[in-house]
Amino acid sequence: MKINNEALAPWYFTIALFVVWEAICRLFNVSDFILPAPTQIGAAMVQFWKPLAYNSFVTLWTTLAGFLLAVAFGLLLGLIVGWSRAIYRGLYPVMIGFNSIPKVAVVPILIMWFGIGEIPAILTAFLISFFPIVVNVATGLATIEPEMEDVLRALGASKLDVMRKVGIPRSMPYFFGSLKVAITLAFVGAVVSETIGANAGLGHLMTQAGSNFQMPLVFAGLMALAVEGIVMYAITAWLEMRMCTWAFRSQNSAGG
Amino acid sequence: MIELDDVTLTYAGRTGDVMALNGTSISVNRGEFAAVVGPSGCGKSTLMKLVTGLVRPTLGTVSVAGARVNGPVKIAGMAFQNANMLPWRSVKDNILLPLEIVEPYRSQFRSRKAEFEARVEKLLDTVGLGGFGDRYPWELSGGMQQRASLCRSLIHEPELLMLDEPFAALDAFTREELWCVLRDVWQRLNFTVVLVTHDLREAVFLADTVHVMSARPGKIIETRRIGFERPRELDLCYSKEFTDIVHALRNKIAEVRQK
Repeated sequence: MKINNEALAPWYFTIALFVVWEAICRLFNVSDFILPAPTQIGAAMVQFWKPLAYNSFVTLWTTLAGFLLAVAFGLLLGLIVGWSRAIYRGLYPVMIGFNSIPKVAVVPILIMWFGIGEIPAILTAFLISFFPIVVNVATGLATIEPEMEDVLRALGASKLDVMRKVGIPRSMPYFFGSLKVAITLAFVGAVVSETIGANAGLGHLMTQAGSNFQMPLVFAGLMALAVEGIVMYAITAWLEMRMCTWAFRSQNSAGG
Repeated sequence: MIELDDVTLTYAGRTGDVMALNGTSISVNRGEFAAVVGPSGCGKSTLMKLVTGLVRPTLGTVSVAGARVNGPVKIAGMAFQNANMLPWRSVKDNILLPLEIVEPYRSQFRSRKAEFEARVEKLLDTVGLGGFGDRYPWELSGGMQQRASLCRSLIHEPELLMLDEPFAALDAFTREELWCVLRDVWQRLNFTVVLVTHDLREAVFLADTVHVMSARPGKIIETRRIGFERPRELDLCYSKEFTDIVHALRNKIAEVRQK
């Protein structure tokens, strides 16, 4: 198989970044307590692979659980909000207000309610990530071309018909687009919550390692976070491509 | 077929009530091709909505096919300046859409699907899009999309076709081509047409009757029968009689725009 340079470009840049990082650490003799070099981080990853793998897994499943809750709830609320102008108007300010609360501030409350553990992490992931889904689905529904609606309504279509035939299919690209944002946010939410109070998870691991002055392990945790984040983003991006091919292709055409 | 009797329509605008139509009366016979022309913003699109039952008049009555209009009329097909094809459906599925909505086809949609698809194919042939049913709208040019849009408005064999500047966004050649397509479909199937347009040549070439509307609030100020024999050929547009009518209509509209 022939792979062109453009497909490999992300790898070149990643490798180059690590090489420069390593060079700076060695050249200026940076203490590993300030900034560990990639090789030291790599060594830490090998040495602590077990706790890293376990805590990565915990973070992964709390993120996914929160994300799936957000998808279910966000889709439902998005459909309701996009359904009627009155609900849209009434609920939108409430949601904006809710969304502008930094979720870090909510974590202690969740810990008070549910105790230290995975539930606060799941709920934080959920709370932080449902908003973009709601907004996107609602936007997809609310921006149906009025003429299209006229065509259908003149034929005697009910609101439900219009939604089923036009609204919901046309909001799908918005929905799948929002998943990319939501998964990243869910991840942030889970890690923030683990950092504040948890028994497991990468956030917890990094806090622990930090208080033991094990900087290479803290950075190893960061690496694990970055890798997980990239993989989850890639999966949702692929899903978007897969589910809404028409939206990508119709953008590329000049017809209209 | 269509009777508007002294219809007035006001709606609440941002700066108070807006009167879109004021005492409009219009009458279109069954099988007639009527065109409505007028300066922009004169309420032509409002007229479309009134006839299809999407809005109700403030005063006066609208009746279609002998019955007073109280809600969506369901016997009308509509096409607009924008083809409004759904990009996730193939051309064929786009055209089938009205059959998924309107009775009696709706309840028979599954069982008679093959028959309906054959009907789509035939209609596509009529408008010169034969074999394009499985393509997607974005693969078609603007003119082709507009042909498909015309098919969609005709698939349920409506008695009434409402067209709101359907050819306005097309280039001159494609537009004339589509005039002929519309002319032929209409002559073959013989439904009633209301064509709203800015293009006087289009109106005179296609229609039996041209109604001229005044500036807002809209009102029919002149109704002119176009007596040219059918079938009409495009060459007609270059004859003196044709140009005279267009010129006269042009003057009339210039006059109402002044006021």
